[in-house]
Amino acid sequence: MTDVTVTSTSVARVRVPGGRRKKPVGHHGAAGFLFTAPFMVLFLALFIAPLAYALYLSLYRDQLIGGNSFVGLKNYTDGLKDKQFTDGVRRVGLFLVVQVPVMLILALTFALIIDSGKIMFGKLYRVGFFVPYAVPTVIAALMWGFLYGRDFGPFADIANAIGSAPPNFLGEGAMLWSIANVSTWTYTGYNMIIFYAALRAIPAELYEAAAVDGASALRTAIHIKLPLLRPAILLCGIFSVIGSFQLFAEPQIFFAIAPSVIGKAFTPNLYVYNLAFADQQLNYAAALSFMLGVVVFVVSYLVMYASRRQEARG
Amino acid sequence: MSVPTVAPDVGVAAVEPKVRTRRVGGKPGAGNAVVPTLFMLAFLVYFLMPLGWLFIASTKSLDDLFSSFGLWFSHFNLSDNISETFSKDDGVYLDWLRNTLMYSFVSAGGAALLAAAAGYGFAKYDFRGKGLLFWFVLGSVMVPTTALAIPTYLMFSKLGFTNNPLSVILPSLVSPFGIYLMRIYAEASVPSDLIEAARIDGAGELLIFRRIAFRLLAPGFVTVLLFTFVATWNNYFLPLVMLSEPKWYPLTVGLAQWNAQATAGGGATASFNTVITGALISIVPLILAFTFLQRYWQSGLGSGGVKG
Repeated sequence: MTDVTVTSTSVARVRVPGGRRKKPVGHHGAAGFLFTAPFMVLFLALFIAPLAYALYLSLYRDQLIGGNSFVGLKNYTDGLKDKQFTDGVRRVGLFLVVQVPVMLILALTFALIIDSGKIMFGKLYRVGFFVPYAVPTVIAALMWGFLYGRDFGPFADIANAIGSAPPNFLGEGAMLWSIANVSTWTYTGYNMIIFYAALRAIPAELYEAAAVDGASALRTAIHIKLPLLRPAILLCGIFSVIGSFQLFAEPQIFFAIAPSVIGKAFTPNLYVYNLAFADQQLNYAAALSFMLGVVVFVVSYLVMYASRRQEARG
Repeated sequence: MSVPTVAPDVGVAAVEPKVRTRRVGGKPGAGNAVVPTLFMLAFLVYFLMPLGWLFIASTKSLDDLFSSFGLWFSHFNLSDNISETFSKDDGVYLDWLRNTLMYSFVSAGGAALLAAAAGYGFAKYDFRGKGLLFWFVLGSVMVPTTALAIPTYLMFSKLGFTNNPLSVILPSLVSPFGIYLMRIYAEASVPSDLIEAARIDGAGELLIFRRIAFRLLAPGFVTVLLFTFVATWNNYFLPLVMLSEPKWYPLTVGLAQWNAQATAGGGATASFNTVITGALISIVPLILAFTFLQRYWQSGLGSGGVKG
């Protein structure tokens, strides 16, 4: 690719508010609409329609007596009072406030270390840390399930060899953090690559000034690089929030190993799944999955809003 | 959402992601690098150990799995495990592999084409309702895919359309984030003057897209292709809810089912060796793809990451 020179010109373009957008398109507009039409049709049929249908379903209830009847927002108010659901949301919330910062801080540290150029074999770490991203979550959960296990997991082997009791990774207290470890293992490298790419996009002149002033690598990282990474951190943060609320594969896989710890509602998503498929409570499941989507949307939006305000304040 | 004002920033990164030479303070080996190096090495072990374990475990017979130390080899039994994996349950593993490939290729190709056309349309044309439509698409990026899967299943099951390949492929074609990326990419890499010039030469809009714009969009197209491919390859929730017959399962759903059977069964049915070997085989293609297509995923991730 020979796009090296684009930077300065595009930046210049950006600084002219709205200037570039006023191009004489006129009668070509119809063609533009047609280009977007195939996607928009599928988007309507497979995104908007299912959500609308779920919204409709969520307002009804299938009862033994009386059949299918309109119940208004009752499924939603029931959901707010459903301890299994709210406990699941709370559990995912706890996961979120611990796992996401740990993962993002690790990823940032890795990216900054590689970008500083102070260590050798930077590429080895970039590829090695990223490889877990190529492993599907289900396979990662299967694998870690075996590693955690007492039958042939290496941790249990080591514990047995030194004569201590094998650690119980899948017990009541440890389960959430064992799941967090699977997520961290899978996604840290992915986030690291995003941060690294963002670091590489920072113009070199910004560092030269710092170097002239005699700033250390650490000071440069904290005072120059980190602030410039804010958009990338925000993006990764939002994706991680969305990912946390969707937790499903890990608890569902670990259910086979530790059914009593996971139960049917360890995460909200698992609960919705069990409601829809094991219990056939489709209306209630629709309401809960709708609520879950709204929660994620609102949380992501708040993260974005808070960050923008902070940015505006400087 | 103030996306249009932010978008061009991303375009910059999307177009020239990685062409920067090493810069100030970056003399390799300069200064005290022992602590960072040890830190990175420790984590390299953390990230690679499970994969090493998986490979070692897949070379062991079922007995050796239980009796030998997990992180070292015992009798080398890999080829037996592979043939057992492919012959188990009348060779259903091969079906899963084929389904996974089919779902991933069709979804990725379709999604990337749709995204290229729509992204180009949004970037290079003005039409009534464009702002509103794009706002809708963008808002949907934040709707979790699993929160969508159950509603989609409910609708499909009402229409009697579940348990077939299309019930997995069609929802995977809709990639709002792909549209977003392609719009930014098109804004930055397809010059409006070029389109104007082609129009003056009498080219139709479709011809301009196919012959001129698409070529300029190719790197973005490959990026969206790769990401949809990985997303579909890794997808678990959607096929799990949509499919009820093992012959349509992708690898993820099939292996999870084998694992649940092995864990629940114990004794003769506890064929963990096929689960482990099946898992190993299932991750090889993606690891190879990532290794050989590094340029694309790195620039692709970069373009997403610099978003404002």
